[in-house]
Amino acid sequence: MQIGFANKRSAASPFLVAAFVLSLFVLTDSGTGYAIPAFARKYGLPCSACHETWPKLNVFGQTFKDNGYQLMNDRDSPIWQNPAYWPVTFRITPSWHRESVNRVAIDEAGGTEQRITNHGFDLSGLDILTGGTLFNNISFLLTPSSDNTASFHFESAWVRFDNVLKSPWLNVKIGKFELDNIISEKRIETLSNNGGFYQLYHFVPLGDNNAFGQIGDNQLGVEVAGHSLNDRTRYSVAVLSSNDGNVNLPANSYSTFITASQAFDTGKLGVDRVGAYAFVGKAPTFSLNSGGSPVVGRGNKSFHREGVFGLFYVKKLDFSLFYQHGWDSAYWGTSTPADGTPLPAGAQAPTWNGGFIETHYTVNPQMILVQRSEFVRMSRQAIAAGNPGAFPSNAGDIDAYTFGYRWYPFMFSRAGFAFHNEYAIARQRGASPSGLNLTSSSLMFGFDFDF
Amino acid sequence: MRINRLEHWLCVGVAVVFALSAGSWAQETEYSESQRLGMESHIGKLTGHAKAGAPLYQRFCIGCHGVLGDGEGENAQWIDPKPRNFTLATFRCRSTPTGTLPTDQDLYDTIGRGLVNSNMPHWLPLTNQDRADLVAYVKHFSPKWQTEKPGTPIEIPAEPAVTADRIKAGQALFQKLECWKCHGVEGRGNGPSADTLTDDQNRPIKAFDFHNEERFKCGSTDREMYKDFMTGLDGSPMPSFADNVKPDEAWDLVFYLRTLQPMKTKEKHIAKQLGLKPINPAEPVAQPPANNPENK
Repeated sequence: MQIGFANKRSAASPFLVAAFVLSLFVLTDSGTGYAIPAFARKYGLPCSACHETWPKLNVFGQTFKDNGYQLMNDRDSPIWQNPAYWPVTFRITPSWHRESVNRVAIDEAGGTEQRITNHGFDLSGLDILTGGTLFNNISFLLTPSSDNTASFHFESAWVRFDNVLKSPWLNVKIGKFELDNIISEKRIETLSNNGGFYQLYHFVPLGDNNAFGQIGDNQLGVEVAGHSLNDRTRYSVAVLSSNDGNVNLPANSYSTFITASQAFDTGKLGVDRVGAYAFVGKAPTFSLNSGGSPVVGRGNKSFHREGVFGLFYVKKLDFSLFYQHGWDSAYWGTSTPADGTPLPAGAQAPTWNGGFIETHYTVNPQMILVQRSEFVRMSRQAIAAGNPGAFPSNAGDIDAYTFGYRWYPFMFSRAGFAFHNEYAIARQRGASPSGLNLTSSSLMFGFDFDF
Repeated sequence: MRINRLEHWLCVGVAVVFALSAGSWAQETEYSESQRLGMESHIGKLTGHAKAGAPLYQRFCIGCHGVLGDGEGENAQWIDPKPRNFTLATFRCRSTPTGTLPTDQDLYDTIGRGLVNSNMPHWLPLTNQDRADLVAYVKHFSPKWQTEKPGTPIEIPAEPAVTADRIKAGQALFQKLECWKCHGVEGRGNGPSADTLTDDQNRPIKAFDFHNEERFKCGSTDREMYKDFMTGLDGSPMPSFADNVKPDEAWDLVFYLRTLQPMKTKEKHIAKQLGLKPINPAEPVAQPPANNPENK
């Protein structure tokens, strides 16, 4: 039974309480934070040294990461650690969440679409983060990661040779790793089903089957990266197998991810950064099979994503801006295997543009407010208008909005704990089974912890 | 506007979260708001403010140096060497004579450079302003900064050219000043006194091993090495030799110590040509070569 408030005055009272208490904490803010405990344990630094609030890196944490998880104080080799030190962190998020989708085709209703809402207590997947150094200037990260049914895969597994030729400008990483996105999806401050990822890091137009162009997915390859001593200038070039991080050599094709950025000391405001990136490659559109199992990819076709990004700080307020232009071959756009199958009439390479702005207000390392507005706009559909199978010009467009906060109630460098509250809503045009707009939303209360 | 019961309780829940977080922050700011927060630092054109440095200190430094700046942060027990106790206002890396306060620039440089062989990293990624603010905050921990002025930076004469005679003179000085008692006859940090060394708080401390280290705590240039002899590393057993060593002799010592380090240096090359052997404390100190005009 739903009980409504009788009048406007009583309805407003909880908001007044919230506003009052909100003003209290803003006026009394101060504090410290914590981070991935494996590194905090190793170096004895507060986790807030590397994170605005975990998992989001601050400028010092980015440098630490760029140095190969080293402080460069001649104490980075594991020989300096107590033999009992174990460089492992577990992270999981028990939660209560509510998911709602406005149009789901229901079998029992003859396939007609209904709004479906699920809510209840749940678990996230588990990340087991093992990282650090094997020796001076040889670092590693191994991340066995599971979904919430404990089905594991290797999210990351790499070794990195740091400061080659004693220069921070030359570091070489081999294995499976996160692409060098300064705005890292792996360190995102939002976790819900609709808000826990960046739309553009995984965007695929309607009718497109290119799974290989996702800059948010960890990839297998080799990366050469470098940076200035204070990390203001940085670059990376990665050559990747075009297999979206999947093992066993499913394809004989490669892609490249290049990024560079420059940061500026803006005095009391903080360190601002602007940069650009490009992800260019070819990937197979079909596989040859043996005994019904795929043995090798064939029919390579191109794709590319490119754009700019920026991090702008105004003291405690910061903005992460991201723009992307995307292009897929017409074969991808129309899901046509390049095995001699003709392209459908009117086929053309789909293109799109999009961006997001994510705003954080870091009250202190124990409290962060976050909002993000995302949009993706198709600029050219894969099949030209007027041809069979053509989508409306705006089909696939996405508008997404996320806001929430994370509160880290205690200060301790051996473990991390955050109360996480978030709401996210996303609408994609023409994406429901019947071609109508699909809107989904998430409300989440979670207890995000690592140790 | 209708608000259902769920939303009502959500609002109350959010309010409780904010109230709890407000309480915890208020507790942590109690100290910082009451102590000498008007302290400033001056580095070039930058002016640092302790008040602005407080949240930075809490974010970056508190885990080792502690809430009170006494070097007793929650991680201090695991750290060797121990974090600096700012309340004593004793600092190793200075440009000022022994026993005096360092300049703001000295502290600023230390924060930017870090301290090798310790848990103190370099904080170059922070903005210059942030580091200046941190200097002011570090100073606010000790009343000394209100009653004393920093010493006058020592003068460092221009570095002379390296010669074989200077290296030999430096080696003689190494023996004469008994550097070997702590650092060992080969500079490996294993002299007869090495095991007895303690810092100013009676904690064991190791002598520097020149053979294993390319960098020094207070900088790696020849000038910074020179400074180490002449100012001493206050708080450690390393004294100032300003009263015992002439400026030119200090350069000789710099050149000799460069022959002990692991990297390739001009001094090392010359020492190899000379066939320089480690000192023998049992033998008398070699006379300084006559061709060094300063030693005549």
